Amino acid sequence: MTISTTSPTAVSGGRKFDFVSFLEKYGVALVLVLLIIFFTSQNERFLSVRNVTNILTEVSIYGIIAVGMTFVILTGGVDLAVGSLLAFAAMCAAVIIQAMGMSFALSWLVALLVCCVVGGAAGLLHGVTITRFNVPPFIVTLGGLTVWRGATLILSGGGPISGFDAGFRWWGRGQVLAIPVPVLVLLVVAATGYVVATYTRYGRQVYAVGGNREAARLSGVNVNQILVSVYVIIGFLAGLSGFLLAARLGSAEAVAGTSYELRVIAAVVIGGTSLFGGLGGVGGTIIGSMLLGVLLNGLVMIDVSAYYQQVIIGVIIVLAVAFDTYAKSRHGGKK
Amino acid sequence: MSGVLLKIEGIKKYFPGVKALDGVNLEVWKGEVHALLGENGAGKSTLLKILSGAQPADEGTIDFDGERLDGHDTPMMRQKKGVITIYQEFNLLPALSVAENMYLSREPLRNGLIDWSKMYADAQKIIDDLGLALSAKSEVRVLSVAEQQMVEISKALTMNAKLIVMDEPTAALSGREVDKLHEIIAGLKARGISIIYVSHKLNEVKKMCDRYTVFRDGKYVSSGEVADVTVKDIVRIMVGRDVEMLKRGKVAAATGSPMLKVVGVSRGAHSGSHAMKLRDMSVEVQAGEIIGFAGLVGAGRTELARVIFGADGSDEGVIYLNGTKISPIVSPQKGLESGIALVPEDRKQQGCFLSHSIRQNMSLPNLKNLSKWSYFVDQKAELSLVESYRKKLSIKMANEAVLIGTLSGGNQQKVLLARCMALQPKVLIVDEPTRGIDVGAKAEVHQVLFDMAQAGVAVIVISSELQEVMAVCDRIVTFREGQITGVTPGAEATEEKLMNLMAIGVGEREVHAIPA
Repeated sequence: MTISTTSPTAVSGGRKFDFVSFLEKYGVALVLVLLIIFFTSQNERFLSVRNVTNILTEVSIYGIIAVGMTFVILTGGVDLAVGSLLAFAAMCAAVIIQAMGMSFALSWLVALLVCCVVGGAAGLLHGVTITRFNVPPFIVTLGGLTVWRGATLILSGGGPISGFDAGFRWWGRGQVLAIPVPVLVLLVVAATGYVVATYTRYGRQVYAVGGNREAARLSGVNVNQILVSVYVIIGFLAGLSGFLLAARLGSAEAVAGTSYELRVIAAVVIGGTSLFGGLGGVGGTIIGSMLLGVLLNGLVMIDVSAYYQQVIIGVIIVLAVAFDTYAKSRHGGKK
Repeated sequence: MSGVLLKIEGIKKYFPGVKALDGVNLEVWKGEVHALLGENGAGKSTLLKILSGAQPADEGTIDFDGERLDGHDTPMMRQKKGVITIYQEFNLLPALSVAENMYLSREPLRNGLIDWSKMYADAQKIIDDLGLALSAKSEVRVLSVAEQQMVEISKALTMNAKLIVMDEPTAALSGREVDKLHEIIAGLKARGISIIYVSHKLNEVKKMCDRYTVFRDGKYVSSGEVADVTVKDIVRIMVGRDVEMLKRGKVAAATGSPMLKVVGVSRGAHSGSHAMKLRDMSVEVQAGEIIGFAGLVGAGRTELARVIFGADGSDEGVIYLNGTKISPIVSPQKGLESGIALVPEDRKQQGCFLSHSIRQNMSLPNLKNLSKWSYFVDQKAELSLVESYRKKLSIKMANEAVLIGTLSGGNQQKVLLARCMALQPKVLIVDEPTRGIDVGAKAEVHQVLFDMAQAGVAVIVISSELQEVMAVCDRIVTFREGQITGVTPGAEATEEKLMNLMAIGVGEREVHAIPA
């Protein structure tokens, strides 16, 4: 039995088909399929190999962070700083590589390490500030949003840093067995995230902290440790994404990742993870990310202006959460 | 009893997979106090929600004061008609004053703006008429639980209540507060207001109520005059069989060094704050012994238990487990590792993960013992844990994946107990183990505690119900205002003796002859 779905009270024997419960479990996947069908019907190039590859590569950049965001939101928190952190980590790596000569063997390895360490360290800073000083995650990461963006601008000296070597750029543009490298990374991250959340003791503790913090504490969970850990995880993944994005673009940009946090949160929330914590999972997030990716790409494919895109995406997010809240409220437990 | 005020007939209500109400009836007369009885899960809360307008029924009719009520009424509409419901968890806004709560959304206006002086004056009049010592201007959050309940009742009176429904009104009250509430109910009755009284405290029902109605498993069973039945009769009708409060019986006095020894726990002695101060508390518990912590609400029982468990700290004090010093116990994690388990007082807020499954709820503190390859959860072991405790404690559940929030209070409590039992603790502390639980489940919980003591666990039972404490415990430790006032062997304990130890203050007289 998976933890990630809230199953309705078990029913024995035949009962008339519970439409809402069905939608609750499979609704997002259903909408995804419907969207794909719709966009393909409007523009047959939607399902072309090239376009699908595009969609998946786009999705992977924020999908990787979304896996981390799932853990954060499961604890009842949120991280608004991921977009800025992505840029900052990539910029740190770029600056270091530049100082080391820009093009040298294994420059990608140095970049990768720097990105992940910077991301993780920043995440640690967020987590400690939240737990030690009792500042709400929303505020801490809101601060982070601007601080890391500012730091990125300072580091960049005003312009992008480019000129990465082929070995580095392969990570953003290369393919293995016709699958783009970032997509492979996403698969690995998603699979790991799913297994950790669903099958490990740590995963259970994350759900517990989000479900009822005091009860978790009284059950022996080290709540602060869990809280700090999820911010470190998302920081690390934001750094990883920064690395992949820089590799794809061939440069570290000061404006990279702008507004990514909203996209990432949207993916998680559409995927069924509750903003209140304790419910949802990585599986849903992946589908949510796919849905967002399909939507963003599809709207362009059918020539919808960028302005309408904003409206449509916003409406979908609200509808998705509204439906989810409604479906959950129907479980109306007795006292 | 001059006529029928409320007539409910054939109400049915279904939830996905559950038939909460299967055609129930209820008739309440004008000016009577009517008890609505039944085990947890019998359907009382569901019916109350339907009556108050919070949920619609699927079938059935409700006639109130001669008028057929519309099934689509909102709670506000029902309130306007005079049906007021006071839930177990109050609906008050803590940061606002008593008067503001009483007149919420119905504040008296003058020229379109709130007439504050009229509001305070009107509120104070209602409060004074009830004979309460409350100020309409106090902030609700500084009031005691009992006083907050009085605010709820006063609020009902601002709405020209004809029928007041009280759901477990005395669950969080003790001693004198309960008597005061009953006085007020008598006063309301004298004014012609009818009361529906839902409670598991059958002694109170016997004292307070005129007639009763019993539900069982979502169905109407019977109703009648309270004077015509004994408590035992009521239990039999509710449960369908005879149930006795289990008695501890003679247990050989344990000798040797105690399993748990607490010496000199103190806290807050030097701070000026109003936080609970603990003063030099010492207690010993033997393995295989059940001791009770008795005292009024706020006496320090739960606070001491939390210090022993590691949920809160203390300034001074030493704790020994089986002869070894284990203090300071810095966290619940440490408490659990040392072998101390706690079932918390408030199962909803502190114990259950309501939106998680029974399986997750039961296994959480045990994950270390249920692991595979160190980091993974051994799902098979987990499932067999759930199954074994389901059998051992007769937990009523469809399967392990069911959300714990859908279980009745008694079954939720059993899951929490199972969670602690699975840890095989040396010391088990249960805080209000049978609060809000029906008679049948209560006896089952007590049997579990007896079995644990039999197995050599040192058990501490914190309870506000003296009957429970006297029946279940070998020795009873009494608390008052942050101090331990005495230890009474179970065989010698009487309600009077205990109340004296729990309630005597400086300048107060001894309390005698508590009515049964």
